[in-house]
Amino acid sequence: MTATITATAKATRRLLMGNEAICEGAIAAGVRFYAGYPITPATEIAEYMSRRMPEVAGKYVQMEDEVGSIYAIMGASGAGARAMTATSGPGIGLMQEGIGSAAAMEIPLVVVVVSRPGPGAGDATGSGQCDVMQARYGPNGDNAVIALTPSTVAESFWLTVKAVNLAERFRTPVILLTEGLLGHMREVIDLPDYSKIERIERPRPSGPPEKYETYALHKIDEISPMADFGSKYRSVLHYVPNHNYAGRTGQDALKFTLNHFHAKIESRRDEIIMTESLHTDDAEVLFVAYGTQARSAHEAMNRLRARGKKAGMLRLITLWPFPYEEVKQAARAAKVVLVPEMNTGQVQGEVLKALRRHPAEVLGVNHLHSDPITPEEILDKLTGVL
Amino acid sequence: MTTVRKTYKPLPMEHYIENYAIMPAVDDHFRYCPGCGLGLAQSAVVRAFDYLKLDPSKIVTVSGSGCYAVMGQYIKAHQFHGPHGAGAAAATGIKLANPELTVICLQGDGDAVSIGAGHFVHGARRNIDITVIVFNNFVFGETGGQGGPTTPLGSKTETSPYGMIENSFDICQLAIGAGATYVARSTVYHAWHLTKCVANAIAHKGFSVVEVLQNCHELWGRRNGMPQASQMLNWYRDDSITVAQAKEMSPEQVKGKFVIGEFVRSDKPEIGEEYAKLIARVQKKG
Repeated sequence: MTATITATAKATRRLLMGNEAICEGAIAAGVRFYAGYPITPATEIAEYMSRRMPEVAGKYVQMEDEVGSIYAIMGASGAGARAMTATSGPGIGLMQEGIGSAAAMEIPLVVVVVSRPGPGAGDATGSGQCDVMQARYGPNGDNAVIALTPSTVAESFWLTVKAVNLAERFRTPVILLTEGLLGHMREVIDLPDYSKIERIERPRPSGPPEKYETYALHKIDEISPMADFGSKYRSVLHYVPNHNYAGRTGQDALKFTLNHFHAKIESRRDEIIMTESLHTDDAEVLFVAYGTQARSAHEAMNRLRARGKKAGMLRLITLWPFPYEEVKQAARAAKVVLVPEMNTGQVQGEVLKALRRHPAEVLGVNHLHSDPITPEEILDKLTGVL
Repeated sequence: MTTVRKTYKPLPMEHYIENYAIMPAVDDHFRYCPGCGLGLAQSAVVRAFDYLKLDPSKIVTVSGSGCYAVMGQYIKAHQFHGPHGAGAAAATGIKLANPELTVICLQGDGDAVSIGAGHFVHGARRNIDITVIVFNNFVFGETGGQGGPTTPLGSKTETSPYGMIENSFDICQLAIGAGATYVARSTVYHAWHLTKCVANAIAHKGFSVVEVLQNCHELWGRRNGMPQASQMLNWYRDDSITVAQAKEMSPEQVKGKFVIGEFVRSDKPEIGEEYAKLIARVQKKG
């Protein structure tokens, strides 16, 4: 059993699983409500939270299913709590209506997806990167999504903090897209003093309560203040997106609102998009990678560099909104772009979109089974191309 | 334990409107069909609030999809108008996150025992301190009158044109079986009885269920020989018996009657209170 970290007011060095680091990140960011349903390989998050939540005066509740879990955290967030759930591929499938509804109701929350491969039950104990598109297009109605993906245990911690803050800042669900491999990987991590972690508050109302409207939008990209249930401001979290700045219903209002969900996020891409560039200035071979597979790509890049090849890497930390501009910039000198990922090319498709007028060849290295892609396999793909 | 006094005199409607109601704008109207039982049910709910002197800023109504779901718009309280069936799960999150709130889960029969049945029974099992008011009109109203899990055997709906062949749920028995600690049934005809049931349910600490038989003469009644609101209300009046009367009768005599009144009122540990104790215990150790 992992030793419990009760002291949050001093920095500590620990050996943690990716899944455990996510929990600590959530606690550091102020998450005090967790509802979930166990599913491999995300189960440790529920287990760890059941132990940690009461220690920090938070609440853990094991719901009857994933559907109940997403709605419970929506309710808790409405009551003012920073709330999170975690699941894997089949579970996020069940949560999709709730995630879309949370986007429509503009409720901040974090959904951690620890991906496993295969459709349906798939390979429960495996690892995959199969939920990139499910994160983006899973809910009905095409809402904007923020999705972040970590590569290391330490980054699992820090991206969870970021995910919570983005959710609160934008009043929207944020997906932390991680993998079975990383979830179960143990690495040494330096946990910071939690009291020094930046916590961004959701926008709060001020002024006379009788004038307050939950969705008082005057500009399409504005984020309206959110009142908690129980405050003097009457909060109305409404599923049907018929609200506009004037509180009118009808087709005009609907258009305004539906575009608003995208506008508030798209207009603030700079605050959301995170990438890491390595030798991209002169990279003739560019790896675009994310998650654990970025670590293999990194090694492949190092080996090419050692051989005198101009290789570089763009690591995607934000997957949605997709960093099209950053990919374009990184591929300036590229003759070949390689995208290793544990699916049939979900991010490769987005890279192709970004480089649609670019002469570089865009290749994928793909695994559908649980074994990670090795640096050798990545380099093999370049045989005959370089 | 709060029990509504028999001597409580209902006040003029203006009193409830001022304190607990949000009236539609002058160029709008209540979105219930003429004669719909939901208006009567809503009156009972706000009278219960008034009896208990609840602070509107500490009440949250939770609703999903269905004709009843607009009720939250007309009640002065915080409102969570979520997706279909989500009621008990969302209410669980709200109540656990802030135990000071009075959480009223407004549900239709489809919400509570069809799509949301899992959340309903597990809310009851946890005994979370919320009040679920189930408006049972025997049909799926908002989608135009299809059959559902409360449609009486043999009755006609849009999707049971030859008569319903599936057995129906007894919502109260389901709630009792799942562990709800306050369970009552009333009808919109018995307006004062309904008010008392709702007030008692809210005052009760634990998962409380009030099943409200509410006429949908338009979508259910019209196809089953009762096209007028008054016909359905008279049916509730004539065919209702109390829990006490039902005890004296044989199962054959009770069959086909509406048994109204309180079925269960018991004390069991409530999950929110238990969690508070757990936090105290864990933090003491640390």
